Amino acid sequence: MHDFLNSITDYLQNSNQTPGAAGNFFWATVYILLVFVGLSVAVIAMNWLERKILAHMQVRLGPMRVGPHGLLQPIADALKLLLKEDIIPAEADVTVFWIAPFIVVLAAFTVFVVVPFGPTHAITDMNIGILFMLGVSSLSVLGIVTAGWASNSHYPLIGALRSSAQMVSYEVAMGLAVVSAIMMTSLHGMGFYGVAPPGPADSGTLSMIDIVKMQQDQHIWFLFKFFPLGIIAFAIFAIAMVAETNRAPFDLPEAESELTAGFHTEYSGFRWSLFFLAEYSAMIAVSSIAVTLWLGGWLRPFPNALSGATWDLLFSIIPGATFLFLGALCFYSTARMPKHPLFRIQTMGLAGFGALLALIGIVLLIPGPRHWVQDIFWFSAKVAGFMYLYIWYRGTFPRYRFDQLMKVGWKVLLPIGLALLILTAVVGMRTELLAQVKEVLHR
Amino acid sequence: MNPSLAANPPVATPFFFYLLAAVMVIGGILVITRKNAVHSALALITTLLAQAGLYLMLYAPFVAGVQIILYAGGIMVLFLFVIMLISIERAEKERQFNHQWVVGIAAAAALGGLFIAVYTTTTGGRVLFPEGRAIYGEVGNTQAIASLLFDRQAGMYMFSFEIASLLLLVAIIGAVVMAKKRI
Repeated sequence: MHDFLNSITDYLQNSNQTPGAAGNFFWATVYILLVFVGLSVAVIAMNWLERKILAHMQVRLGPMRVGPHGLLQPIADALKLLLKEDIIPAEADVTVFWIAPFIVVLAAFTVFVVVPFGPTHAITDMNIGILFMLGVSSLSVLGIVTAGWASNSHYPLIGALRSSAQMVSYEVAMGLAVVSAIMMTSLHGMGFYGVAPPGPADSGTLSMIDIVKMQQDQHIWFLFKFFPLGIIAFAIFAIAMVAETNRAPFDLPEAESELTAGFHTEYSGFRWSLFFLAEYSAMIAVSSIAVTLWLGGWLRPFPNALSGATWDLLFSIIPGATFLFLGALCFYSTARMPKHPLFRIQTMGLAGFGALLALIGIVLLIPGPRHWVQDIFWFSAKVAGFMYLYIWYRGTFPRYRFDQLMKVGWKVLLPIGLALLILTAVVGMRTELLAQVKEVLHR
Repeated sequence: MNPSLAANPPVATPFFFYLLAAVMVIGGILVITRKNAVHSALALITTLLAQAGLYLMLYAPFVAGVQIILYAGGIMVLFLFVIMLISIERAEKERQFNHQWVVGIAAAAALGGLFIAVYTTTTGGRVLFPEGRAIYGEVGNTQAIASLLFDRQAGMYMFSFEIASLLLLVAIIGAVVMAKKRI
């Protein structure tokens, strides 16, 4: 017992590893629970934000009734989904119909085992981190396909067929973009306009944490490395990841104007909410791949150009300041609430929510938590940017036709990805290549 | 033994081995006994995933990851894609004609005999499967595979790897030729 307690405190004080890599069961369990809870909260928040932001983009108000500014709407939705009748079609294949949502949810959540929220804030660090993420997230298509097939009805089947074709096609382009980023971990220097000293090529890495550490060592986010190659790879990934998660403008598997709801037409209640949960956590997962590979993971902006104690302090108060700003926003809305007695409880609720946010903000300004939350905040902020992009796409782009979708995948993204891969190798190894050419010429 | 391994000994290794092996065997049996092709495919996916788990237990995470991406995530999706285009109702009613019990049992027995023979053979006092085998650390597996493939000195498997990928190319061309009447 004493040893156990010791191992708990010991890890907190002097571990520079993830709990999984350190083999600490207690903290691994705590991290798993934290990630699970955080993810669920993020999905709930995302649900509200998406409806609100989309509404404002379309000059509507969005949910306003349940709670102040519709803040309790996601909870009401969740309750509604749990209480709804659970329908299984008479002609459905019951076993497969049962299993399908679980496959999707398991695939979407398992991925987070290797997501690095900080140098030590990940459940575990794997030697094959990025491969694991791509592999497990590619399993979710199995759930979608089986869901569509097991419903034994036309719309779901068409949705499932579309989904499998789409996800398999875009996985190829996505993989090529990822390989180009992984190659950058081993290739030093910054391309043709470098400021960092060009070093020799050494062995790269697939581990999510090491990929970010490489960006730290090389003093550059891979987004800007070998300009413009990094940006092109990122763009390919950013397009492919929207298609992978079946979101607008690539939401053909669930195109509501053609297929009712696509592969989950026959699902209702709790099972449907599992699909919903999986879709949003998959969005967060692919966004965190993009953040890890190209946007420097947990690194704050400009860690080298704006270094020094003053800048460190300034950047470290941003998390707290963000929450304080959100709290202030809530208080501003509280002041603008209608003064009618009917709105009294809502006004109090909103003020309470604002106070909660402000309290979090103040806690994050204390030096201890301030230091501790840094990495997690920057990672989450970057992922949140991607989440906003998802909503923005949905509000902006019309849906692709299926042949257009296939054309973009196979005839545009794939050739660009292949060319990019070769170019990255050539640019990265240019000193070695030049040396070889010289050697041949001298002979 | 690897120092990092000594600090974190593998967890309940025999238990997980028997669990994964049991899942694989049951999955394999289900693949050939289910009448519904989709159920067979799902059982096959389970088998392949359990196999990936076995690779992990052999400290080959890269192989396990590739197994999941290629087989469970890629090939089996295409399998399901094709199966779903077939009318399952008609296929279920059709009489199955795999009545080749004698040949099947003979082939299985021969293969089993071969396995036992290989396992028990000793050549010059050395057995093929020694009791205690060297355990490599999980770290560096990817790099080790890369140097086996691409390294100038140690890279001896590049050619065979390329030959295998040529085989796949032949399969792709064959499929295109069979599918398209006019190219």
